Amino acid sequence: MDFDKALELYEPVIGLEVHVELSTETKMFSSAPNPAAKGNHSAAPNTQITPVCLGLPGSLPVVNEKAVRYSISLGLALGCEIAPTSRFARKNYFYPDLAKNYQISQYDEPIAFEGSLDVELEDGTVITVPIERAHMEEDAGKLTHVGGATGRIQGAEYSLVDYNRAGVPLVEIVTKPIFGGEHRAPEIAKAYVATIRDIVRALGISEARMERGNLRCDANVSLRPRGQEKLGTRTETKNVNSLRSIERAVRYEIQRQAVILAGGGSITQETRHWHEDTGVTSAGRPKSDADDYRYFPEPDLLPVEPSLELIEELRAALPEPPAALRRRLKADWGFGDQEFQDVVNSGLLVEVEETIAAGASATAARKWWMGELSRIANAQQVEPASLATPQQIAEIVVLVESGELTDRLARQVLEGVIAGEGTPAEIVEARGLKVVSDDGALIAAIDEALASQPDVLAKIRDGKVQAAGAVIGAVMKAMKGQADAARVRELVLERAQA
Amino acid sequence: MSDLTRLTAAELSAGLTAGEFTSVDATQAHLDRIAAVDGDVHAYLHVNAAALAEAEAVDARRAAGEQLPELAGVPVAIKDVLCTIGMPSTAGSKMLEGWVPPYDATVVERMKAAGLIALGKTNMDEFAMGSSTEHSAFGPTRNPWNLERIPGGSGGGSAAAVAAFEAPFALGSDTGGSIRQPAAVTGSVGVKPTYGGVSRYGAIALASSLDQVGPVSRTVLDSALLHDVIGGHDPKDSTSLKDAWPSFAEAARAGKRDGSLKGLRVGVVKQIAGGEGFQAGVTQRFGESLELLADAGAEIVEVSAPNFEYAVAAYYLILPAEASSNLAKFDSVRFGLRVTPEGGGTVEQVMAATREAGLGDEVKRRIILGTYALSAGYYDAYYGSAQKVRTLIQQDFSNAFEQADVLVSPAAPTTAFKLGEKLDDPLAMYLNDITTIPANLAGVPGIGLPMGLAPEDGLPVGIQFMAPAREDARLYTVGAALEQLLEERWGGPLLSQAPDLAASSMLAVSDGAI
Repeated sequence: MDFDKALELYEPVIGLEVHVELSTETKMFSSAPNPAAKGNHSAAPNTQITPVCLGLPGSLPVVNEKAVRYSISLGLALGCEIAPTSRFARKNYFYPDLAKNYQISQYDEPIAFEGSLDVELEDGTVITVPIERAHMEEDAGKLTHVGGATGRIQGAEYSLVDYNRAGVPLVEIVTKPIFGGEHRAPEIAKAYVATIRDIVRALGISEARMERGNLRCDANVSLRPRGQEKLGTRTETKNVNSLRSIERAVRYEIQRQAVILAGGGSITQETRHWHEDTGVTSAGRPKSDADDYRYFPEPDLLPVEPSLELIEELRAALPEPPAALRRRLKADWGFGDQEFQDVVNSGLLVEVEETIAAGASATAARKWWMGELSRIANAQQVEPASLATPQQIAEIVVLVESGELTDRLARQVLEGVIAGEGTPAEIVEARGLKVVSDDGALIAAIDEALASQPDVLAKIRDGKVQAAGAVIGAVMKAMKGQADAARVRELVLERAQA
Repeated sequence: MSDLTRLTAAELSAGLTAGEFTSVDATQAHLDRIAAVDGDVHAYLHVNAAALAEAEAVDARRAAGEQLPELAGVPVAIKDVLCTIGMPSTAGSKMLEGWVPPYDATVVERMKAAGLIALGKTNMDEFAMGSSTEHSAFGPTRNPWNLERIPGGSGGGSAAAVAAFEAPFALGSDTGGSIRQPAAVTGSVGVKPTYGGVSRYGAIALASSLDQVGPVSRTVLDSALLHDVIGGHDPKDSTSLKDAWPSFAEAARAGKRDGSLKGLRVGVVKQIAGGEGFQAGVTQRFGESLELLADAGAEIVEVSAPNFEYAVAAYYLILPAEASSNLAKFDSVRFGLRVTPEGGGTVEQVMAATREAGLGDEVKRRIILGTYALSAGYYDAYYGSAQKVRTLIQQDFSNAFEQADVLVSPAAPTTAFKLGEKLDDPLAMYLNDITTIPANLAGVPGIGLPMGLAPEDGLPVGIQFMAPAREDARLYTVGAALEQLLEERWGGPLLSQAPDLAASSMLAVSDGAI
């Protein structure tokens, strides 16, 4: 069934659960280094651990104060109320990636609740998404299933456990049901997650890299026949690891459920697994509201009781909300509607902004991120932000704008940056990429080129200035591209008349 | 040289400081004693092979003129619930047989920093669940007063080690009486500090909101000295109090001065002072102790704690609930026993087979109870109600402490029962902690010390004092005062009346296996 037909028959209702890994230096409840902190994502398995992460007998959790501050900031940015007293609770279930066989989370007393978030769609429409709660918890370890064909647990011979991620601080943000999205429901889901990503980056509380799992989204989807009040049975789709997948997964689930319902079938309440490659979801485990996690207050920890002063201090330090920020940036940068929207939609707003803040012109910053970096990232199937930092790009732009690099040389410098050869300045030095600004060397090359092409020389002398191109090309080639073409042109015209 | 195992920790400390003997002498004396009697008593699960080397190191520092902490060189025993680098820490369970932790419990770290010499790890009911040490996976400990009797539990090993002169003092843990009840039935002293007064980091958790580490000894002063070493804030335990604590040793010494009991209001808690379930000899010695206190100038008042009646019931919901969660980590994935079903199995099957084989009946019983109490639909009726009772008990304490400076009761309702006597009757076993459980539920400190022998069976009976939270010092003062009055009456420490184990061990051998 096509999407429009599905929408004609049913109203989609979505709900989103977003997990944000906080980038604190240490973990939620232990002094172990946090693999979700900047630059620490590639540690060898089971090296970022303490007895607490392994749940060794006798070990005890201690709350990371910074993680609490980050969580409060995030709650405030989501328009939530901050609980004067909130409590950790144990969620009990056996799974080998969960060292203690319970997860320390928050249950009926979350740190933040009752918020809302304005989300801007691609055409500029603003949708208000109601937030039910945001609570703190710890991440689980990671299982690698070995010996099966699919890499999943079914059919595997054995599984390896890496507890580096065990105890990474998480905030789980849960929306209320989002009604009225209609055919835009998939886009709303995507825009909502993108907005949360922008917020946590602006707050500096998460690396927010979806491909690394810093930001994860579970999408709940249900359909109800037009005119029906009662909500339909929902499914929860997991493993949605990019903004694009969120939109696709929600769209797929709407169509899949519509086919079943229209055929007289019923939806099974279950988790579903998103397959990026095939673009479909498959059944996971059945999930009922009766899942019994035997929650009870965590007796090893005291309630979290942030002072009013702290909450107000964090509120005062909040960055601009994304929508307001965009309006301001668009004006500051002097971009047209389409130009700016392209940057926003590419997800590179933060990179462009930081590049400009580091000294690049707005036009150049946009050109590098949207052009060269996006092209290389696309070819390598990675995120542009993983290739270079805004500071590095700004340094390259400044070198170009001061005439020390040509665009062509700058691209070679970027290549070096991506290869990890050092700072742009170091790469210019090491690779010998500096523009030749020694007129003596240029004049020698020009004279040689003119002498070898008398016909061109004659044309130039005749006033056919465009003929100079052939000589400029030869000179640039002789200089291995490391010359400022404009200066070469000036000198060619000068020497031709000599 | 006199028998060094007969000296208290305070006396050992003085002798070491004066150069009368060395830490090696003191440690060797205790190792010899362990070798002589522990075959019968079975107080230890593990003896520290490095004890003498550690003692030598302390002696060398002393010889070099170093200023050492007061207890440096004095030996100590450690309950096996505490994590120790270099010694297995099993909590009395097959699940952890041979498991050597990569870290020391905070109390062990502090004990080492004070120069104390670890003699070894003492026996206990598996995961501290029990009142007789019969639930140890490694065989029961026997009461030094009568080897056919239980030494109390769960810390029967620490209490028996101290009572059998196999250690001058020991570390224990008390969740519902595991320090105080064994002290009562072995004629020794034990203190459960204020909840949060001593770090729980590295104590293998039974019930996190009730567990507290504390000292076991033969004298009140020795418990105070050990408490001074292990107490105080620990950033690794979030429930640890940040208070500055007074010297408990000083509080104990103050108790021995004339007039220390004058004007002290001692509240007899009506609900746990006697009556049904209390042995006659316990009630008799309790009455005599109250008279001694009154004669010394204390004011004896009766107080009522109406909700204590529900304490055991509430405790046996809260404890199993927390324990069911705390013990979930014993799943074979990261450490400890692993049992793979024949022909292999999924991780769930391996976990189930391991827990089936590695956990004892009492542990399974409580895990099932606790899992049930926390289940959806039952939570409010069980765990929720129990927490409300807990609040009511705390209010009872608050009310009682308006009328009295300390509360008093027998430390246990009976003397040591026979091995096996209550093994098939868990409820009867649970009721043995009726006097000690309220203090854990309220987080207040309690001390148990000997108050004599029951005339009917000649076995020790103990008295318990409780103080408001953070007022542990008061217990040491009152405890030391009463101890002095009683010893004057007895003509020496109660334990000097205990049978000579070295002789009985010969009997045991001639009798065949015990």
